[in-house]
Amino acid sequence: MSVPLPLAEVIVSLLIVIGGSFALIGSWGLVRLPSLMERLHGPTKATTLGLGGMLLGSVAYFQLVRGEWTTHELLVSVFLFVTAPISANLIAKVHLHRLRLGEASEAAGPAGRPAPPTADTDWATHEAPHLGTPGDMAGD
Amino acid sequence: MSRLLPHPGLSVLLVVMWMVMVGDLTFGTLFLGLVLGFAIPLFTAPWWPGRPKVRYLSALGYCGLVVWDIIIANFEVAAIILFKPNRDLRPAWLAIPLELTSPEAITVFAGTISLTPGTVSSDISACGKYLLVHALHAPDPASEIAKVKARYEARLMRIFV
Repeated sequence: MSVPLPLAEVIVSLLIVIGGSFALIGSWGLVRLPSLMERLHGPTKATTLGLGGMLLGSVAYFQLVRGEWTTHELLVSVFLFVTAPISANLIAKVHLHRLRLGEASEAAGPAGRPAPPTADTDWATHEAPHLGTPGDMAGD
Repeated sequence: MSRLLPHPGLSVLLVVMWMVMVGDLTFGTLFLGLVLGFAIPLFTAPWWPGRPKVRYLSALGYCGLVVWDIIIANFEVAAIILFKPNRDLRPAWLAIPLELTSPEAITVFAGTISLTPGTVSSDISACGKYLLVHALHAPDPASEIAKVKARYEARLMRIFV
């Protein structure tokens, strides 16, 4: 690529600084938000734009400064995007379970405890899947 | 066609992922990628019976929309973390009624909700008809639910048919 070196370095450093700022803001959210469920929002942010910015910076560095084409960063972001919701989901489910058990160290956040959606069903952490849903044990 | 290539989308994805992982465009890489893209769907077919059909073109458009929303929502949540004091924060549990029925579609819907900052999908109801979502700041939960349903679920209904 025919981008002059100073410009390439400006682009790369801008991307890294943007990514780093979002990771920092996400970590600050982890410190200052009131309870576990709110704090869960911080890390999901750091992995999306924070990491995305840094990976784009890495791609730009190899492309513009070294003149090589790398694709591994794309793979890193794909795997992160696939796995981040699952770990967040598991942490939330453990939180719901411990709330229900009434463990002393587990305080409900400002949103309180989630109410069951209707009178005849509860959340899957609290109740076995009903017959006819994919998680039921009938056919297994 | 359907017996030799039971899942064309997965085959294409495997070939592309293989090329990306090896990181060079040679015939040998492409050949090994094609072998993997051909063999893996064939041998794993018994483990995904009754999967829904996917409209891949709409799915690509959906990915673009989600990436755009992630960027916008990142700035919104950054503003909340930096400037909104805890006493003004209105976290809420949202019970989103689901119209999607296939597990694949619901998984993608829940993943989308978790990836867009400001909402984390936490649980599904035992009957499979409601999704429990925690919102970081939702002064009006009903409008938040309507927004998520219109923006993501309606599109997923058209992708997974």
